[in-house]
Amino acid sequence: MSVEVAGMGHARGEGPLRIAVPRGALLGGTLDALDAIGIDTSEVRGESRSLIFETEGITLVTMRPSDVPTYVEAGAADVGITGKDVLLEQADRVVYELLDLGFGRCRMVLAGRRGDESLGESQRRLGMMRIATKYPRTAERHFEATGRQVEVIEVKGSVELAPLIGLADGIVDLVATGRTLEENDLEVREEILECTARFVANRVAHKLRAREVDGLTAKLREAMAG
Amino acid sequence: MIHPIPPGTRDVLPDEMRELRRLHLAMIEVFEQRGYGEVATPAIEYDEVLARGDGRTAGTAYRFFDERGDLLALRSDMTVPIARLVASRYGGAEMPLRLCYLANAFRAVRPQRGQMREFAQAGVELIGAPAPAGTAEVVEVLEATLDAAGLNRAVIGLGDADLYRQLLAEFGIDGGAREAILGRLAAHDLVGLEAELSELDGIGEEQAATCVALSQLRGGKEVLEEARSMGGAAVERATARLGETFEALEARGVADRVQIDLGLLRDLGYYSGAILEVYDPALGHVLGGGGRYDGLLKRFGIDLPAAGFALYLERVHVAQMEEEPRREGES
Repeated sequence: MSVEVAGMGHARGEGPLRIAVPRGALLGGTLDALDAIGIDTSEVRGESRSLIFETEGITLVTMRPSDVPTYVEAGAADVGITGKDVLLEQADRVVYELLDLGFGRCRMVLAGRRGDESLGESQRRLGMMRIATKYPRTAERHFEATGRQVEVIEVKGSVELAPLIGLADGIVDLVATGRTLEENDLEVREEILECTARFVANRVAHKLRAREVDGLTAKLREAMAG
Repeated sequence: MIHPIPPGTRDVLPDEMRELRRLHLAMIEVFEQRGYGEVATPAIEYDEVLARGDGRTAGTAYRFFDERGDLLALRSDMTVPIARLVASRYGGAEMPLRLCYLANAFRAVRPQRGQMREFAQAGVELIGAPAPAGTAEVVEVLEATLDAAGLNRAVIGLGDADLYRQLLAEFGIDGGAREAILGRLAAHDLVGLEAELSELDGIGEEQAATCVALSQLRGGKEVLEEARSMGGAAVERATARLGETFEALEARGVADRVQIDLGLLRDLGYYSGAILEVYDPALGHVLGGGGRYDGLLKRFGIDLPAAGFALYLERVHVAQMEEEPRREGES
């Protein structure tokens, strides 16, 4: 039995460069960006259930956006694309953030029930608000930076539910169009920050595969500007 | 029955221990052959003594009071304790002084992230030998150590710790803005760096572009020319220092595995001049690092130039195992 140091990454110094590709909301924009720089994404777009796709000189590895920093930090993927919201929530993961890709634009907001005063009331009478979120660290940092006390409640699923049935006074969540909020009778109270997709690299790959990483960065920069 | 140990610490069992010891002995042999004598220092020291070395005390995470009420701390590296040791015990000694160690150090990290709270480091400190010859000697020992560990594909990044401090001073940026920019550079957050620079008054687009472009320059000797073409006194000085160091490495025949990297920033507070980082293609994490710390001993009352490096023993071991199939294939 081999005993491994916890979480130790195993990068590969040769073979095709591995790109971590986020599934979900950022997938379309990511594949368009990769197409624009001449990487064949047709297989990823197809019906295949595979997670790994070999193309000419590049391997595309598909995963949840929130796993991208994990794979890239460990060097299992050399570079990757994920949302700024994910990078902020996992700020202690050491990945190099090389480029703002501009797509997947959305806002991290504080929202409460329409016309409901419980956010302010809890703050005034109880000294702290109860905030449900999938982004506990981002939320904590925001309220700490603005000098307010909160009880952050981490939930995994539909966070809109929390204020509707009294788990929390409000939510911190990512909104793209705001439709989900509207449908659940919630409204934006504060904008926290704007998020877009980012191109990130593993620290060692950035040094040892400098030419390939720089080449990709330059091509993406050009494609995104165009 | 299972009795827990704190996260980020671990037991080592005989199979691993044998391999670790073989590695440890191979490294110490390289050090001793080159005249570096092994020393040990206590794992616990007075907090104020360690804080003298790294003013930010970010490193030492574990502090406690002893039975007399003195504040003690677990060391977070060996460089500061050795600086303390040299000042206390080698005050009038003949220089240069060559010391080496294999020791455990302690840092607060979120476990499960390729970093342990307790980890072993093997390294050397060369006291009283100025740049560039002293730096070149340290790099030579580092290369021999990596070879002894079987990591002949490892690459050593060579950067300059003073480059950005001096560059920002030249641009007239100081205080909070300077710290924010250095923070972005250290994290290699280029998007944040560009945003931070564009928000600053009094810094031109060209200067901002220089700052970003410099941090991406890495490669052979040619990057020094590329950097120089961007102009400015700070860049001129840093590239001159790096050029001298690189020539000293060439003279010793140890420049082949060195990558000049103008984006390198070490997060320990005591570095000045040349800084080093070690990578192996088989591992996604940095194997170790080091550099010059010409101002550190002065904080302990003995003004001597110095340089050194430290390798994370466990990481070197993992890289060694990963490189094994390749090396067997070659032979």
